[in-house]
Amino acid sequence: MAHIPEGVVSAPVLITGGVIAVAALCYAVRKLDYAKVPHAAVLAACFFVASLIAVPAGPSSVHLLLNGMMGLLLGWTAVPAIMVALVLQAVFFGFGGPLVLGVNAVNMALPALIVAWLLSGALSNAIANGEQRKIYLLGGFAGLIGVVGTATMVCLSLIASSAAYLTAAKIIAVTYLPLAIVEALVTATVVGFIAKVAPEMLLKTRVEQALQPEEQGNAEVL
Amino acid sequence: MLASQLQAQHHLSRFSLSDPRVNILAAGIFALVAVLLTQWPALMLLLGLALLFNVMAGTRWRSVIKRLLAFETFMLLLVLMLPFSMPGETWFRLFGLSATIEGASQALTILLRANAVVLALLALLAIREPVSLGYGAAALGFPAKLIHLFMMTVRYIQVLGDEFQRLRNAMKARAFEPASNWHTWRSYGWLMGMLLVRSMERAQRIVDAMRCRGFDGSLYLRSQLLWRKSDSLLLLGLSLLALVPLVWQQFLE
Repeated sequence: MAHIPEGVVSAPVLITGGVIAVAALCYAVRKLDYAKVPHAAVLAACFFVASLIAVPAGPSSVHLLLNGMMGLLLGWTAVPAIMVALVLQAVFFGFGGPLVLGVNAVNMALPALIVAWLLSGALSNAIANGEQRKIYLLGGFAGLIGVVGTATMVCLSLIASSAAYLTAAKIIAVTYLPLAIVEALVTATVVGFIAKVAPEMLLKTRVEQALQPEEQGNAEVL
Repeated sequence: MLASQLQAQHHLSRFSLSDPRVNILAAGIFALVAVLLTQWPALMLLLGLALLFNVMAGTRWRSVIKRLLAFETFMLLLVLMLPFSMPGETWFRLFGLSATIEGASQALTILLRANAVVLALLALLAIREPVSLGYGAAALGFPAKLIHLFMMTVRYIQVLGDEFQRLRNAMKARAFEPASNWHTWRSYGWLMGMLLVRSMERAQRIVDAMRCRGFDGSLYLRSQLLWRKSDSLLLLGLSLLALVPLVWQQFLE
């Protein structure tokens, strides 16, 4: 479970998380082009729906986080997309709460940004060169970094709140293990699939080049 | 079924007819009070208030219980360990570990607080239509781009939820049974990949259609929000109710 409920973490952690989340959100929203809002919204909705699927893992089942995948596909836009998804989950499903939202958003968005920063360039090259094995491997890494990053952040925010959470944090870290494995496998498949069917979604430089005339068009419209 | 129905089931009540800003502000005040409370009798009162809100909002008990069960596993994990890991006076011993009174009271505090907030969110926000919450947030001054993102996400959750169900039915028709194996994970990967690719295409179509209709970078919110006297009274009443536990805590100290 990636959502920390309301009232668990201490005030300093709440405030730190809130400030970082608001700053990142402001930056990302300012960067977000109006013509890209529908893309961001559709992908946010897609991740919301995908996170509802119970994927079997051993005797139990897990719900995917997909923040690594979001980082690959959306880059900075992942921050508002994650924020909106978290608001909806908090209000309509009761995961997390209004004040702890910032902490939860940072816990999920930071790994997504790390994935975007570390892997999207390499993935773009791998797709351009048609290196199948590398594409799958990078996809798997994206899923792994997403889950392990979020697990680390959740445990750190618990431990930073109170040393008494140490035991619980260790147990929570262990419960992330099956999710990390399944998420890595599924993300690898998703990335492999998209690389075959719609590689332009993952190509970094080429998409930007292709978009440039379009962006000028936007500037005229705006 | 899936995500196509976000809104919680409820009877018509004051909470679902008021200005959405009332609900958002009241939920904010409630959460703030919950964080400020530290003593368990006051938190008990807060939980009682959250239940009262649910009665007033007319939420179905099934959705209340479903919602509580969903997050209780995480809470129990956190809370069960607390008495054993906080230093303090020994309460009882189990397998050589001593549980402390301080730890137990801390655990009770956290459990009450989290439950109260979850129930209050259900009664105040989850019963509203997501779109009307978006209008409320816009009227409260949230950035327009974020509101548009929120509104469109809400819309496409329904569309993609249906799309997902269709793909899933197609898999079912081909005798797909999810199990813990490589075949399942790969099939789910393809399912999500397909969903993503189709949603990207859909997004491009939406942008094209919006351009056709003269999209100039701003969408217009249907501003039907009307703050009435009864809304002020409702907000005042809810805030005063939420503040009662805080005042009581001052007395207890």
